[in-house]
Amino acid sequence: MTWCESFGWFDTYDAWEQSWVGVAIRESLWLFPGIEAVHLLGLAMLGGSVLIVDLRLLGVGLTAFSPARVQASARWWFLGSLAVMLATGVPLFLSEAVKCCFNDSFEVKMAALLLAVIFTYAVRNPLARRAVTANGEQTAAPGAMPAWLLQTAGAVSISVWVTVAAAGRWIGFSG
Amino acid sequence: MRHVSLYEPSLLHSFAEWLDSHAWSTALIESLWVWPLLESTHVLTVMLFVGMLAMVDLRLLGFAFKEAPVSHLTSRILPWSVAGFVVMVATGLLLFYSKPVSYTHNVWFRLKVVLLIAAAVNAWMFHRRVSRDRERWDSQPKPPAAVRMTAAMSLGIWASVIVVGRMIAYNWFECRGGQPAFIVWAAGCAAELAE
Repeated sequence: MTWCESFGWFDTYDAWEQSWVGVAIRESLWLFPGIEAVHLLGLAMLGGSVLIVDLRLLGVGLTAFSPARVQASARWWFLGSLAVMLATGVPLFLSEAVKCCFNDSFEVKMAALLLAVIFTYAVRNPLARRAVTANGEQTAAPGAMPAWLLQTAGAVSISVWVTVAAAGRWIGFSG
Repeated sequence: MRHVSLYEPSLLHSFAEWLDSHAWSTALIESLWVWPLLESTHVLTVMLFVGMLAMVDLRLLGFAFKEAPVSHLTSRILPWSVAGFVVMVATGLLLFYSKPVSYTHNVWFRLKVVLLIAAAVNAWMFHRRVSRDRERWDSQPKPPAAVRMTAAMSLGIWASVIVVGRMIAYNWFECRGGQPAFIVWAAGCAAELAE
Protein backbone atom coordinates (compact mmCIF):
# COMPACT_ATOMS: atom_id res chain seq x y z
CA MET A 1 0.00 0.00 0.00
CA THR A 2 1.28 3.45 -0.87
CA TRP A 3 0.65 6.48 1.31
CA CYS A 4 -1.53 7.84 -1.46
CA GLU A 5 -3.79 4.78 -1.12
CA SER A 6 -3.66 4.59 2.69
CA PHE A 7 -4.48 8.22 3.26
CA GLY A 8 -7.06 8.39 0.48
CA TRP A 9 -5.29 10.95 -1.70
CA PHE A 10 -6.42 9.31 -4.94
CA ASP A 11 -9.10 11.87 -5.78
CA THR A 12 -6.62 14.71 -5.35
CA TYR A 13 -4.04 12.96 -7.56
CA ASP A 14 -6.77 12.25 -10.11
CA ALA A 15 -7.76 15.93 -10.14
CA TRP A 16 -4.12 16.87 -10.70
CA GLU A 17 -3.92 14.48 -13.63
CA GLN A 18 -7.01 16.17 -15.12
CA SER A 19 -5.39 19.63 -14.80
CA TRP A 20 -4.72 21.40 -18.08
CA VAL A 21 -0.96 20.88 -17.72
CA GLY A 22 -1.39 17.15 -17.18
CA VAL A 23 -3.82 16.83 -20.09
CA ALA A 24 -1.64 18.88 -22.45
CA ILE A 25 1.43 16.71 -21.73
CA ARG A 26 -0.51 13.45 -22.15
CA GLU A 27 -2.04 14.56 -25.44
CA SER A 28 1.30 15.55 -26.93
CA LEU A 29 3.74 13.11 -28.51
CA TRP A 30 6.79 15.25 -27.76
CA LEU A 31 6.10 17.08 -24.50
CA PHE A 32 6.71 14.20 -22.07
CA PRO A 33 10.00 13.06 -23.66
CA GLY A 34 11.10 16.68 -24.09
CA ILE A 35 10.44 17.64 -20.47
CA GLU A 36 12.04 14.36 -19.36
CA ALA A 37 15.18 15.23 -21.32
CA VAL A 38 15.44 18.62 -19.61
CA HIS A 39 14.84 16.84 -16.27
CA LEU A 40 17.93 14.70 -17.09
CA LEU A 41 20.00 17.78 -18.00
CA GLY A 42 19.05 19.14 -14.58
CA LEU A 43 20.14 15.84 -13.03
CA ALA A 44 23.60 16.20 -14.54
CA MET A 45 24.01 19.75 -13.21
CA LEU A 46 22.52 18.84 -9.85
CA GLY A 47 24.92 15.89 -9.64
CA GLY A 48 27.89 18.10 -10.44
CA SER A 49 27.00 20.87 -7.98
CA VAL A 50 26.25 18.37 -5.18
CA LEU A 51 29.22 16.08 -5.76
CA ILE A 52 31.84 18.81 -6.05
CA VAL A 53 30.98 19.94 -2.50
CA ASP A 54 30.56 16.42 -1.09
CA LEU A 55 33.86 15.24 -2.55
CA ARG A 56 35.53 18.20 -0.87
CA LEU A 57 33.85 17.30 2.44
CA LEU A 58 35.21 13.78 2.01
CA GLY A 59 38.69 15.27 1.71
CA VAL A 60 39.16 14.79 -2.04
CA GLY A 61 38.31 17.03 -5.00
CA LEU A 62 39.21 20.73 -4.74
CA THR A 63 41.49 20.35 -1.71
CA ALA A 64 43.29 23.66 -2.35
CA PHE A 65 40.13 25.35 -1.11
CA SER A 66 38.10 25.10 2.05
CA PRO A 67 34.75 23.27 1.95
CA ALA A 68 33.20 26.67 2.76
CA ARG A 69 34.57 28.23 -0.44
CA VAL A 70 33.63 25.25 -2.62
CA GLN A 71 30.10 25.30 -1.19
CA ALA A 72 29.80 29.05 -1.81
CA SER A 73 30.95 28.61 -5.44
CA ALA A 74 28.59 25.72 -6.14
CA ARG A 75 25.63 27.30 -4.35
CA TRP A 76 23.88 29.01 -7.26
CA TRP A 77 24.51 26.11 -9.65
CA PHE A 78 22.88 23.82 -7.10
CA LEU A 79 19.86 26.12 -6.65
CA GLY A 80 19.56 26.63 -10.40
CA SER A 81 19.57 22.91 -11.16
CA LEU A 82 17.15 22.21 -8.30
CA ALA A 83 14.83 24.82 -9.84
CA VAL A 84 15.09 23.09 -13.25
CA MET A 85 14.33 19.73 -11.61
CA LEU A 86 11.21 21.09 -9.90
CA ALA A 87 10.04 23.05 -12.94
CA THR A 88 10.23 19.88 -15.08
CA GLY A 89 9.42 17.31 -12.38
CA VAL A 90 6.09 18.83 -11.37
CA PRO A 91 4.62 18.77 -14.94
CA LEU A 92 5.90 15.20 -15.43
CA PHE A 93 4.12 14.22 -12.21
CA LEU A 94 0.90 16.00 -13.23
CA SER A 95 0.84 14.07 -16.51
CA GLU A 96 0.81 10.69 -14.71
CA ALA A 97 -0.36 11.50 -11.17
CA VAL A 98 -2.73 8.50 -11.00
CA LYS A 99 0.10 6.10 -11.81
CA CYS A 100 2.23 7.79 -9.13
CA CYS A 101 -0.53 7.22 -6.55
CA PHE A 102 0.13 3.48 -6.78
CA ASN A 103 3.89 3.71 -7.32
CA ASP A 104 6.18 2.93 -4.36
CA SER A 105 9.23 4.36 -6.14
CA PHE A 106 7.53 7.73 -6.52
CA GLU A 107 6.86 7.93 -2.78
CA VAL A 108 10.38 6.78 -1.92
CA LYS A 109 11.67 9.49 -4.25
CA MET A 110 9.54 12.23 -2.69
CA ALA A 111 10.50 11.18 0.84
CA ALA A 112 14.18 11.02 -0.11
CA LEU A 113 13.93 14.41 -1.84
CA LEU A 114 12.45 16.00 1.26
CA LEU A 115 15.18 14.40 3.36
CA ALA A 116 17.88 15.47 0.91
CA VAL A 117 16.79 19.13 0.86
CA ILE A 118 16.44 19.27 4.65
CA PHE A 119 19.80 17.57 5.18
CA THR A 120 21.50 19.85 2.66
CA TYR A 121 20.24 23.08 4.22
CA ALA A 122 20.02 22.09 7.90
CA VAL A 123 23.17 19.99 8.25
CA ARG A 124 25.55 19.76 5.30
CA ASN A 125 25.73 23.39 4.20
CA PRO A 126 26.05 24.82 7.73
CA LEU A 127 28.85 22.31 8.41
CA ALA A 128 30.60 23.15 5.13
CA ARG A 129 30.37 26.88 5.84
CA ARG A 130 32.16 26.38 9.17
CA ALA A 131 34.98 24.40 7.52
CA VAL A 132 37.03 27.40 6.53
CA THR A 133 40.58 26.06 6.25
CA ALA A 134 41.89 24.29 3.19
CA ASN A 135 44.53 21.96 4.62
CA GLY A 136 42.27 19.41 6.27
CA GLU A 137 43.07 20.67 9.76
CA GLN A 138 39.63 22.14 10.20
CA THR A 139 39.80 21.63 13.96
CA ALA A 140 42.54 24.27 14.11
CA ALA A 141 40.19 27.05 13.03
CA PRO A 142 37.96 28.64 15.66
CA GLY A 143 34.52 27.08 15.64
CA ALA A 144 35.56 24.63 12.91
CA MET A 145 34.50 21.04 12.38
CA PRO A 146 36.39 17.78 12.85
CA ALA A 147 37.18 15.96 9.58
CA TRP A 148 35.11 12.89 10.43
CA LEU A 149 31.99 15.01 10.80
CA LEU A 150 32.51 16.64 7.39
CA GLN A 151 33.20 13.25 5.81
CA THR A 152 30.02 11.82 7.29
CA ALA A 153 28.02 14.79 5.99
CA GLY A 154 29.51 14.33 2.51
CA ALA A 155 28.78 10.59 2.47
CA VAL A 156 25.20 11.05 3.71
CA SER A 157 24.58 13.81 1.16
CA ILE A 158 25.79 11.63 -1.73
CA SER A 159 23.67 8.72 -0.46
CA VAL A 160 20.41 10.63 -0.16
CA TRP A 161 20.76 12.43 -3.51
CA VAL A 162 21.63 9.18 -5.31
CA THR A 163 18.59 7.59 -3.63
CA VAL A 164 16.40 10.39 -5.03
CA ALA A 165 17.79 9.81 -8.53
CA ALA A 166 17.62 6.00 -8.36
CA ALA A 167 14.06 5.95 -7.03
CA GLY A 168 13.18 8.48 -9.72
CA ARG A 169 14.48 6.22 -12.47
CA TRP A 170 12.67 3.29 -10.90
CA ILE A 171 9.27 5.03 -11.27
CA GLY A 172 9.49 4.17 -14.95
CA PHE A 173 10.31 0.50 -14.33
CA SER A 174 7.56 -0.13 -11.78
CA GLY A 175 3.79 -0.03 -12.19
CA MET B 1 20.17 -20.28 -57.02
CA ARG B 2 21.50 -17.65 -54.65
CA HIS B 3 18.85 -15.40 -53.25
CA VAL B 4 19.37 -11.93 -54.67
CA SER B 5 17.95 -9.14 -52.55
CA LEU B 6 17.50 -5.59 -53.73
CA TYR B 7 19.44 -4.39 -50.68
CA GLU B 8 22.34 -6.40 -49.32
CA PRO B 9 22.32 -6.21 -45.52
CA SER B 10 25.02 -3.79 -44.43
CA LEU B 11 28.10 -4.86 -42.52
CA LEU B 12 26.75 -3.03 -39.46
CA HIS B 13 23.48 -4.89 -39.72
CA SER B 14 25.18 -8.26 -40.09
CA PHE B 15 27.36 -7.51 -37.07
CA ALA B 16 24.28 -6.55 -35.03
CA GLU B 17 22.50 -9.74 -36.11
CA TRP B 18 25.52 -11.76 -35.05
CA LEU B 19 25.57 -10.11 -31.60
CA ASP B 20 21.84 -10.62 -31.34
CA SER B 21 22.27 -14.35 -31.88
CA HIS B 22 24.33 -14.65 -28.68
CA ALA B 23 22.56 -16.36 -25.78
CA TRP B 24 23.97 -13.71 -23.40
CA SER B 25 22.41 -10.91 -25.41
CA THR B 26 19.00 -12.55 -25.09
CA ALA B 27 19.55 -13.29 -21.39
CA LEU B 28 20.38 -9.63 -20.77
CA ILE B 29 17.31 -8.15 -22.46
CA GLU B 30 15.02 -10.73 -20.84
CA SER B 31 16.46 -10.38 -17.34
CA LEU B 32 14.05 -8.98 -14.78
CA TRP B 33 16.65 -7.10 -12.72
CA VAL B 34 19.96 -6.89 -14.55
CA TRP B 35 18.73 -4.79 -17.47
CA PRO B 36 16.91 -2.17 -15.33
CA LEU B 37 19.92 -2.00 -12.98
CA LEU B 38 22.30 -1.53 -15.93
CA GLU B 39 20.08 1.16 -17.43
CA SER B 40 19.68 2.93 -14.07
CA THR B 41 23.44 2.89 -13.52
CA HIS B 42 23.92 4.32 -17.02
CA VAL B 43 21.46 7.14 -16.27
CA LEU B 44 22.63 7.90 -12.72
CA THR B 45 26.29 8.02 -13.72
CA VAL B 46 25.39 11.17 -15.67
CA MET B 47 25.62 12.92 -12.27
CA LEU B 48 29.27 11.93 -11.95
CA PHE B 49 30.42 11.99 -15.57
CA VAL B 50 28.62 15.01 -17.04
CA GLY B 51 28.22 16.67 -13.64
CA MET B 52 31.95 16.77 -12.94
CA LEU B 53 32.78 17.59 -16.56
CA ALA B 54 30.30 20.49 -16.47
CA MET B 55 32.04 21.90 -13.37
CA VAL B 56 35.36 21.89 -15.26
CA ASP B 57 33.71 23.45 -18.33
CA LEU B 58 32.08 26.16 -16.20
CA ARG B 59 35.53 26.99 -14.79
CA LEU B 60 36.97 27.15 -18.32
CA LEU B 61 34.13 29.49 -19.31
CA GLY B 62 34.88 31.70 -16.32
CA PHE B 63 31.44 31.06 -14.80
CA ALA B 64 32.41 29.15 -11.64
CA PHE B 65 35.37 28.43 -9.33
CA LYS B 66 37.13 31.43 -10.88
CA GLU B 67 39.56 31.72 -7.98
CA ALA B 68 40.87 28.17 -8.63
CA PRO B 69 43.58 27.58 -11.26
CA VAL B 70 42.21 25.56 -14.19
CA SER B 71 44.89 22.93 -13.54
CA HIS B 72 43.50 22.40 -10.03
CA LEU B 73 40.15 21.37 -11.53
CA THR B 74 41.66 19.27 -14.31
CA SER B 75 43.82 17.38 -11.81
CA ARG B 76 41.32 17.06 -8.93
CA ILE B 77 37.88 16.98 -10.62
CA LEU B 78 38.40 15.68 -14.16
CA PRO B 79 39.58 12.20 -12.96
CA TRP B 80 36.15 11.73 -11.31
CA SER B 81 34.51 12.55 -14.60
CA VAL B 82 36.79 10.05 -16.36
CA ALA B 83 35.81 7.38 -13.80
CA GLY B 84 32.17 8.14 -14.57
CA PHE B 85 32.91 7.91 -18.29
CA VAL B 86 34.37 4.41 -17.84
CA VAL B 87 31.13 3.30 -16.11
CA MET B 88 29.12 4.97 -18.89
CA VAL B 89 31.00 3.11 -21.63
CA ALA B 90 30.84 -0.24 -19.81
CA THR B 91 27.10 -0.03 -19.09
CA GLY B 92 26.41 1.52 -22.50
CA LEU B 93 28.16 -1.30 -24.38
CA LEU B 94 26.25 -3.91 -22.37
CA LEU B 95 22.97 -2.12 -23.08
CA PHE B 96 23.82 -2.07 -26.79
CA TYR B 97 24.70 -5.77 -26.61
CA SER B 98 21.25 -6.50 -25.17
CA LYS B 99 19.40 -5.06 -28.20
CA PRO B 100 21.98 -4.65 -31.00
CA VAL B 101 19.70 -4.82 -34.06
CA SER B 102 17.14 -2.42 -32.62
CA TYR B 103 19.77 0.15 -31.62
CA THR B 104 21.68 -0.18 -34.88
CA HIS B 105 18.55 0.95 -36.73
CA ASN B 106 17.52 3.63 -34.22
CA VAL B 107 18.04 7.15 -35.59
CA TRP B 108 18.51 8.57 -32.09
CA PHE B 109 21.18 5.98 -31.31
CA ARG B 110 22.94 6.77 -34.59
CA LEU B 111 22.78 10.49 -33.84
CA LYS B 112 24.19 9.78 -30.38
CA VAL B 113 27.17 7.96 -31.90
CA VAL B 114 27.81 10.95 -34.20
CA LEU B 115 27.64 13.30 -31.19
CA LEU B 116 30.03 11.05 -29.24
CA ILE B 117 32.51 11.30 -32.10
CA ALA B 118 32.08 15.10 -32.09
CA ALA B 119 32.68 15.12 -28.31
CA ALA B 120 35.84 13.04 -28.78
CA VAL B 121 37.17 15.43 -31.47
CA ASN B 122 36.38 18.43 -29.24
CA ALA B 123 38.13 16.83 -26.24
CA TRP B 124 41.13 16.02 -28.41
CA MET B 125 41.24 19.63 -29.67
CA PHE B 126 41.20 20.88 -26.09
CA HIS B 127 43.89 18.59 -24.73
CA ARG B 128 46.24 18.56 -27.74
CA ARG B 129 45.85 22.04 -29.15
CA VAL B 130 44.03 24.55 -26.96
CA SER B 131 45.61 23.69 -23.61
CA ARG B 132 49.18 23.69 -24.94
CA ASP B 133 49.79 27.18 -23.53
CA ARG B 134 47.82 26.57 -20.35
CA GLU B 135 50.45 28.09 -18.04
CA ARG B 136 49.64 31.45 -19.61
CA TRP B 137 45.94 31.43 -18.66
CA ASP B 138 45.80 28.78 -15.91
CA SER B 139 45.00 31.33 -13.21
CA GLN B 140 42.96 33.74 -15.32
CA PRO B 141 39.38 34.00 -14.03
CA LYS B 142 38.24 34.06 -17.67
CA PRO B 143 40.48 32.01 -20.04
CA PRO B 144 41.00 33.03 -23.72
CA ALA B 145 38.19 32.73 -26.28
CA ALA B 146 39.55 29.52 -27.87
CA VAL B 147 39.46 27.80 -24.48
CA ARG B 148 35.98 29.06 -23.70
CA MET B 149 34.87 27.89 -27.14
CA THR B 150 35.88 24.26 -26.51
CA ALA B 151 34.24 24.38 -23.06
CA ALA B 152 30.99 25.68 -24.57
CA MET B 153 31.18 23.01 -27.28
CA SER B 154 31.74 20.35 -24.63
CA LEU B 155 28.69 21.47 -22.62
CA GLY B 156 26.54 21.71 -25.76
CA ILE B 157 27.58 18.35 -27.18
CA TRP B 158 27.18 16.43 -23.91
CA ALA B 159 23.81 18.07 -23.26
CA SER B 160 22.76 16.91 -26.74
CA VAL B 161 24.04 13.41 -25.98
CA ILE B 162 21.82 13.31 -22.87
CA VAL B 163 18.74 14.53 -24.76
CA VAL B 164 19.28 12.25 -27.77
CA GLY B 165 20.14 9.34 -25.46
CA ARG B 166 16.80 9.70 -23.70
CA MET B 167 14.98 9.70 -27.04
CA ILE B 168 16.43 6.29 -27.99
CA ALA B 169 13.66 4.75 -25.88
CA TYR B 170 10.96 6.22 -28.13
CA ASN B 171 10.12 4.30 -31.29
CA TRP B 172 8.61 7.08 -33.40
CA PHE B 173 11.16 6.48 -36.15
CA GLU B 174 11.61 2.71 -36.05
CA CYS B 175 11.90 0.81 -39.32
CA ARG B 176 8.38 0.06 -40.49
CA GLY B 177 6.18 0.89 -43.43
CA GLY B 178 5.14 4.51 -43.93
CA GLN B 179 8.27 6.20 -42.59
CA PRO B 180 9.55 9.20 -44.62
CA ALA B 181 12.42 8.47 -47.00
CA PHE B 182 14.80 10.50 -44.83
CA ILE B 183 14.11 8.28 -41.80
CA VAL B 184 14.46 5.10 -43.87
CA TRP B 185 17.87 6.38 -44.98
CA ALA B 186 18.99 7.70 -41.57
CA ALA B 187 18.00 4.53 -39.72
CA GLY B 188 19.46 2.26 -42.40
CA CYS B 189 16.10 0.55 -42.64
CA ALA B 190 16.86 -0.91 -46.05
CA ALA B 191 19.41 -3.25 -44.50
CA GLU B 192 16.94 -4.45 -41.90
CA LEU B 193 14.03 -4.84 -44.27
CA ALA B 194 16.22 -6.71 -46.74
CA GLU B 195 16.47 -9.63 -44.32
